[in-house]
Amino acid sequence: MADIAATAAPSTETTTLPARLAKSFVNRLVIIIPYLWLLFFFLVPFIIVFKISLSQTAISMPPYTPVLDFSDGISGFFAGFRELNFDNYTWLTQDALYFNAYVTSLIIAAISTILTLIVGYPIAYGMARAPATIRPTLLMLVILPFWTSFLIRVYAWIGILKPEGLLNQLLMSLHIISQPLVILNTYTAIFIGIVYSYLPFMVLPLYSSLEKMDYSLVEAAEDLGCPPIGAFWKITFPLSLPGVVAGCLLVFIPAVGEFVIPDLLGGSQTLMIGKTLWNEFFSNRDWPVSSAVAVILLLVLTIPIMFFQQAQAKAQEQGR
Amino acid sequence: MKSLGSIRRDFAPWNDPNAKPYIQFDKVTKKFGDFTAVNNLSLTIFEREFFALLGASGCGKSTLLRMLAGFEEPTAGRILLDGQDLRGIPPYKRPVNMMFQSYALFPHMTVEKNIAFGLKQEGMPGPDIEKRVAEMLKLVKLEQFAKRKPHQLSGGQRQRVALARSVAKRPKVLLLDEPLGALDKKLREETQFELMDLQQELGLTFVVVTHDQEEAMTMADRIAIMDKGEVMQVATPAEIYEAPTSRFVAHFVGNVNMFEGKVAEHTANATRITGATGAQIVVDNGGNAAAGSDIVFAIRPEKIKVSSKKPADAVNALEGEVYDVAYLGDMTVFHIRLDDGQIVRASALNASRVTEDPLTWNDRAWVSFRPDAGVVLTR
Repeated sequence: MADIAATAAPSTETTTLPARLAKSFVNRLVIIIPYLWLLFFFLVPFIIVFKISLSQTAISMPPYTPVLDFSDGISGFFAGFRELNFDNYTWLTQDALYFNAYVTSLIIAAISTILTLIVGYPIAYGMARAPATIRPTLLMLVILPFWTSFLIRVYAWIGILKPEGLLNQLLMSLHIISQPLVILNTYTAIFIGIVYSYLPFMVLPLYSSLEKMDYSLVEAAEDLGCPPIGAFWKITFPLSLPGVVAGCLLVFIPAVGEFVIPDLLGGSQTLMIGKTLWNEFFSNRDWPVSSAVAVILLLVLTIPIMFFQQAQAKAQEQGR
Repeated sequence: MKSLGSIRRDFAPWNDPNAKPYIQFDKVTKKFGDFTAVNNLSLTIFEREFFALLGASGCGKSTLLRMLAGFEEPTAGRILLDGQDLRGIPPYKRPVNMMFQSYALFPHMTVEKNIAFGLKQEGMPGPDIEKRVAEMLKLVKLEQFAKRKPHQLSGGQRQRVALARSVAKRPKVLLLDEPLGALDKKLREETQFELMDLQQELGLTFVVVTHDQEEAMTMADRIAIMDKGEVMQVATPAEIYEAPTSRFVAHFVGNVNMFEGKVAEHTANATRITGATGAQIVVDNGGNAAAGSDIVFAIRPEKIKVSSKKPADAVNALEGEVYDVAYLGDMTVFHIRLDDGQIVRASALNASRVTEDPLTWNDRAWVSFRPDAGVVLTR
């Protein structure tokens, strides 16, 4: 960047050495800030969590051992270092509970993501095709639920979904059903909760990719003999794929680790990794095992996404 | 044989009373809310004609084209194509194709796939599609770009892909919305002739929308000049230029001098006009304006001769002073302020390198023109 800045204005008087150094420093600072942010608020906490995952649980404060500090001098620090091991990870593979929780979480997150896409796409499409004057209002309406606490909105769903709740009352008063439906404390309730909570994260990227699409492309497809539904699948949908991918990632990733929704709406039988993590941490007070669960969760999520993004970048390079 | 303009046109079905119209706009009106885009418009286009809709932006020309393509339905009136009423037929079932102003190339498809798109919709067998695509690529000279994506092409190349895609299905009518609007001037001039050749080669009917009068004049067999949703005049380029029927058309195409005045008298084969400021003009094509009625005499700058002395044989000669001169190389433009105050624009072709009678600013000068040099306009 510094080179570009320097070569772009070679004739100006400001391209003296100190000025160029100052410019390159400013340019670097701009890049350094996000890196520093990631270092202090992501990498450092991750290293701490990773270290705890290699420790052993203990009845003490903090509840694990060894605690790496310099109270016993440098030698004490290294002695503690040698006590670290991968026992907790071995433990995770031995108890099927964790594997099942991971798999269930991934499946629930995948199904919820597809459901959110199915619900969100028509909303985003409708918004993008709405008259330009009312689009800001529609956008506002999508964001509006964020103004209420997430927890309160999830609690509200209990009131709607429980056997004597609003939904069952409505359906029974309309004589559509005679027995109340059991929705609360099932996977269905989790799907409803996730689709509802994460819908804006799906709609917004979809809307932004659909909104900037040139509608004359669809007209051109129709002009060339393609009926509207065909034109949607051959033109509109492929061109909105970046939005689809972004929306799906934004929903899938937090949904895998979701804790509040399965806890409040899914009841005690549903098994999701976020809940397992919570139980290990707060009920069992086993920080090392819960840290190991968290580290594995991170790997399960980041490694496929990294491969996916690399493949996408490659495809883009070839296409462009 | 006398004829308007310098081109003799042998293709002129509009002069043949037995010719069958191909596209007919029959009292078509299109309203968007309160706004009337097209107002009770009737128009006939013939098979194999290169027809241009010319007008300023917002005059309704694009709406007319979109109604023909099927993207808009007329509020009232009928559109007939080859005798068939198009009402209710969706765009994907109409035998017309359109070349969009933005080209509307599918960005996620290669040039080849873009051109093949319409053929696939038709259900044409694979080998035939390949053959037709190759043919189209050859036609627009883009064979080596078949595998490229649209963003890897230059503006001119994209324009050709759009053209190839829109003619690949061999439509009955090709609609072109500002086909050359996005090209630079030089490329535009070249492409104008290419489009004309292509139309001849394929034998298609072209309807082109443009705001560029030069483009319309160059390419079209006939031009419809539009204003505020109405057709002001439909005629060949030469007729539009040499025999406009209204002040609007005379003004819209090319430069023109207007003399406000009254018809003084009609004689056997001439009409005498008295200008509002006193100029006396004699014309031999006075039309049927009644004596004493208000008219405008319109004359193109190149029909006016400028000289330092009064030409001996001139029927019409007015005296004035050189107000401004511009030497443009191929011609010289004079602005002469007549003694009655009116400024007349005259252009002289520099047919020889040396001039006998040079003029400069503030010289006394005479403008003269033949009795058939201008037209009398009543509206």
